[in-house]
Amino acid sequence: MTQDLIVYLVFIAYAVGMLMTFGTVLTWVERKQAAVMSDRIGANRAYVRIPFTQIKLVWLGLFHGIADGIKMLVKEDFRPRTYDWYAYAVAPWVVFAPVLLVFAVIPFGGMLDPGRLFPSLAEWFDGRTYPMQIARLDAGLLIVFAFSGMTIIGAMLAGWSSANKFSLLGGLRAGSQMISYELVMGLTVLGLILIFGTVDLGSMVQQQSGVALGFLPAWGVVYQPFAAVLFMTAAIAENKRIPFDLPEAESELIAGYYTEYSAMKMGLFMFAEFIEIAIVGALFTTLFLGGYNLPYMNDAGFALPGGATLAMSHGAVVLTQLVVFLVKVMLVCSFQILVRWTLPRFRYDQVLSFAWKFMLPLALVNLCVTAVLVWSHQGAPL
Amino acid sequence: MKTPYKRKEYWNEPTLTLWERAYLPEILRGLIITSGVFLRNMKRWMTGKKGALTTYYPEETRFDYAPLNRGKHVLTQRPDGKPQCIACNMCATVCPAKVIEIEAGFDPADTAHPKYPVRFEIDYSRCVFCGLCVEACPEDAIRMAKETPGLPAEDRHQMWLTLDEMLTWKPQNDVAKPYPAAGVRKIGGAE
Repeated sequence: MTQDLIVYLVFIAYAVGMLMTFGTVLTWVERKQAAVMSDRIGANRAYVRIPFTQIKLVWLGLFHGIADGIKMLVKEDFRPRTYDWYAYAVAPWVVFAPVLLVFAVIPFGGMLDPGRLFPSLAEWFDGRTYPMQIARLDAGLLIVFAFSGMTIIGAMLAGWSSANKFSLLGGLRAGSQMISYELVMGLTVLGLILIFGTVDLGSMVQQQSGVALGFLPAWGVVYQPFAAVLFMTAAIAENKRIPFDLPEAESELIAGYYTEYSAMKMGLFMFAEFIEIAIVGALFTTLFLGGYNLPYMNDAGFALPGGATLAMSHGAVVLTQLVVFLVKVMLVCSFQILVRWTLPRFRYDQVLSFAWKFMLPLALVNLCVTAVLVWSHQGAPL
Repeated sequence: MKTPYKRKEYWNEPTLTLWERAYLPEILRGLIITSGVFLRNMKRWMTGKKGALTTYYPEETRFDYAPLNRGKHVLTQRPDGKPQCIACNMCATVCPAKVIEIEAGFDPADTAHPKYPVRFEIDYSRCVFCGLCVEACPEDAIRMAKETPGLPAEDRHQMWLTLDEMLTWKPQNDVAKPYPAAGVRKIGGAE
């Protein structure tokens, strides 16, 4: 019992620490990647001076994130006079908390056997093994959608309670857009659920460590390339980033539903957005890119398509899986930033007709084709 | 019946091809372009070269200032190193931003130019770099070099350009307007 508690506390600390780090580092990555993409240098003036010396650490502008955080913490917490104070105060948290909770069901590593990792503790752990995931729930993917659906409420609360026309418009836009794309997102992953026959993310990843068609890694993107594109698009729209940043389109709505927020309340919205980039990255990795495993890799080591196997020690496997997961998530995040700095913003009616008239039919077609294929392969491995 | 004049329509007709209207291939093309720029610049940064068009200001100075760029003010010097300025206050009078402050001094030893500036200061927090002071000067004493001044400062009192700083310019290097050699009388100069 105590062992479980300790292991899961470590998992939670790791997950929260990872998400916070991603949230902070992504602000820097976004700035720098945008700068490099457009022949600029990017933010590089914030520094930390070592006390009593004149040595200023710049570190490629990494400290700009800290400077932003401090700025937001010490700013005046301005509130409009005519606002619904309770909803106004709760809204940032309603946006922020579910974003963190989604990560609870995402596996960031394979099976952990602390007894094998630390032989001196083997007796105490008594052969217990833990999947590296905060909550191993059967309903994994459903939980993801349930929680990410809650952020809609936060955005609409913020828009409604600010007593500001721009906020209200932003909230309305956020609501309609997120609900539309939530639907598309759900339909795109239905194909994967049909193929893997489960909504448990952990076993989805385990099934992706095999081989498909004899030589390809059995990743979701191999089975469902079309759904992967649709899912990515819907996820970016769900996260309200350019080209779908209509709810906060600066040129039209100032800052959309968080126009009236300042200081750390606004910071929470921003932070939630950046963490959601990482969450989308983690989800995409887990569903379509084989999760924490390298191609042909499983919890025992590598099983190459030719039939050759390569055994690895447990410590090496755990370390590889943790690192591979982080690298994959980072790459997907970087891709999202690439998209954000490449495409111009849609018009509002285009966003909704894109969801309902283009992506929803495509997702349905994809689902039908997948269902027929799965049905015709019933009993035989795909 | 005469047909009424029809105004020409200047906006572009939507002439997207089917391939372009499919949207996804064009998006992919855009992503390839931007990621190509990213990779090219990253490669430059990684190999120690500069992958950006930006110049660090104020640490770096651009090499491609126009020769006639109105930058930092300089005072031309006599061969003995004294400023050519005779403290006539013409530049300070013409200055639209009223940023030039001159305090004149009297030097009886120099009979040709007994009046000289003790203090010649320009407030760069308000200077508009219009160049009128250069045009107004009867002695060609003040010019504007093409380099920009080191403007950034912690507060506005550090943004005054002083006489010492303006005299650091080496007039002998000026090729466009050669400095009159010693002994040559200037046209319109002092008797």
